[in-house]
Amino acid sequence: MSDGSFLGAGVRRLGATAIFFGRLLAQCVPSLARPRLIVAQIYNTGARSLIIIMLSGLFVGMVLGLQGFQLLQRFGSEDFLGSAAALGLLKELGPVVTALLFAGRAGTALTSEIGLMRATDQLTAMEMMAVDPMRYVAAPRFLGGIIAMPLLTAIFGVIGLFGAQLIGVQLMGVDTGVFWSQTQSAVGLRDVTEGLVKSLVFGTACSLVAVYEGYNAEPTAAGVGLATTRTVVASSVLTLLLDYVLTAAFL
Amino acid sequence: MTDAAPAAAPAADTVIDVRDVHYEIGGRPIFTGLTLTARRGRITAIMGPSGTGKTTLLRLITAQVSATRGQVLAFGTDVATLGQQAVYELRQRMGMLFQNGALLTDLSVFENVAFPVREHTDLPEPLIRKLVLTKLQAVGLRGAAGLMPGELSGGMARRVALARAIVMDPEVLIYDEPFVGLDPISLGVIQRLIKQMNQALGITSIVVSHDVQELSAIADDSYLLSGGVVAAAGPPAQLRASDSAAVRQFMTGSADGPVPFHYPAPDYLAQLLADE
Amino acid sequence: MHANRSLELGTGLFVLLGFAALLFLTTQLPSSGLKLGRAKQSYLVTAEFDNIGDLKVGSPVTMSGVRIGTVTAISFNPKDYKAEVHMRFDNEYNQIPDDSFAAIQTQGLLGGKYIGLSPGGNDQFLKNGSVIEQTQSAIVLESLVNKFFASYSSRKGSEDSSSQSADTQKQAESKK
Repeated sequence: MSDGSFLGAGVRRLGATAIFFGRLLAQCVPSLARPRLIVAQIYNTGARSLIIIMLSGLFVGMVLGLQGFQLLQRFGSEDFLGSAAALGLLKELGPVVTALLFAGRAGTALTSEIGLMRATDQLTAMEMMAVDPMRYVAAPRFLGGIIAMPLLTAIFGVIGLFGAQLIGVQLMGVDTGVFWSQTQSAVGLRDVTEGLVKSLVFGTACSLVAVYEGYNAEPTAAGVGLATTRTVVASSVLTLLLDYVLTAAFL
Repeated sequence: MTDAAPAAAPAADTVIDVRDVHYEIGGRPIFTGLTLTARRGRITAIMGPSGTGKTTLLRLITAQVSATRGQVLAFGTDVATLGQQAVYELRQRMGMLFQNGALLTDLSVFENVAFPVREHTDLPEPLIRKLVLTKLQAVGLRGAAGLMPGELSGGMARRVALARAIVMDPEVLIYDEPFVGLDPISLGVIQRLIKQMNQALGITSIVVSHDVQELSAIADDSYLLSGGVVAAAGPPAQLRASDSAAVRQFMTGSADGPVPFHYPAPDYLAQLLADE
Repeated sequence: MHANRSLELGTGLFVLLGFAALLFLTTQLPSSGLKLGRAKQSYLVTAEFDNIGDLKVGSPVTMSGVRIGTVTAISFNPKDYKAEVHMRFDNEYNQIPDDSFAAIQTQGLLGGKYIGLSPGGNDQFLKNGSVIEQTQSAIVLESLVNKFFASYSSRKGSEDSSSQSADTQKQAESKK
């Protein structure tokens, strides 16, 4: 009995999210008439996540270099370190880790911002002033997130690659020329586009979740906190699920 | 404009007309036949104990929710029949002051007051500036135009919100609990402003509050809500001298009366001696 | 207002950085990345093969190991049941004899396919629209293995039968 209603609630929530998505998309085009708002949100979601993305990219790249070297050494293929690290970063680790970090830093910021506006009646006040909060508050944040994601992913990938190179070449003694030439021959344009398409899809999903949760948060302090938690959980699960779907689709 | 259901035509000076409205939230009835009117150019007070649904009434009037039964007429039209665009147009004729001001936190005081003007008109910048400064002057905060909402006290925030509410020259102003949490000086200021707006600009004012003293000093008509209906109506003085004990208890603020002091509990002595 | 300026600066920097990274990833990194600037001038050459194996569009065309062009299109010619391969050679390699030999080869042992050119001896050179007459198809691993086993078993069989007939001859002679 309880399982049935749980499933029912889940389906209802999915439907509500889909309807919200539709309304949001409808407001995106008029929202483009306010580039200032969108730019502010690109800063909010993207530029302010830059440090954490760069740091994480560096460390993930370094781990890839270290771990990859150890693994490849068993098969005598250390020369392939560049290709392995590059492909892993570009196709999987880059988009997924960036999306998870994005959900944690930018997603929660979006949710709590919008949730707080809900709790302090700012959204209602806007409606009372005959301004659609979807257009003024939600759509710019959604668009800002979508634009920021691929840029963040690209930065993550590049820094990660240099991190792998740092470990592989400087520390482990792989030849620089071999590293880069192997990488260049192994990576195709298709791999890069695969990673970027993933980052766009993840960006859409995470931004949607963050904006939705904030918009529909309970207008209390506790409610905003709960909504923020839900954002992280839902974004993470959705990202990993979409990752599988996209990886399979690209094969 | 669609027609309201056939009923007695409202008096010419009725701006907001609530007729026999029923409303419930999650199965719990809030209103069971509420009827009241707000007349043009007058200050209408809506009072009642906490939880009687005063804020819900405001949401009904501003078409945020619709009544399950009955009608809510604004400017002679049933708000439930209005489409999205018409609702927005209706709201542009009304200004609303929220309990905590509800200023947009990332905009300065000036930008907050200018917000509705920028959104709805194409006025040139110098004109907007003059308009905003005039309204801020009316609430006494012209010097605070550069501050951010986070730097304002509660009273000041509410005054800025008032300036924002009147910047588009609405015909109706709705105040949701304007006196809550203010110090005596700020109370006096808000009181004076509400009266001024009404007298100087002829704005129909609807004030929702449970601050009997403050409200009675400025209200022309009062309604006391209790049990989902209007328990008493008329000028404040009339309410104070009411026959109903419940009304008198509310108006005078007695600790005990029809609303009891003690929450329902078993017999006192019996509970104390229960352990022995 | 000062917050506005630093916001715009920060956003601008971020977007620049992101685009730089994107550019790097799409042009520098991949082997067949987007070419920036003027595309190298090239000329079209075609060749027909019986079997192209898993040669792909974008596979390199090399001579003496140096990349001189790319496969741009692969189609099937229904008239002579052969695979038609279109290639673009860089203009700077315009002195390739037109009787050169094009073979589909494999990178490494199990790598991707590419077209390797061996120079001919003519003093006429390939130009735009030329057709390479002499081609060799891809070597399909399975048929190679089959051939090996087939030749092995037939050789073994003839050895056995010849040793058998030698034995019977010996026997016949010993009986006399």
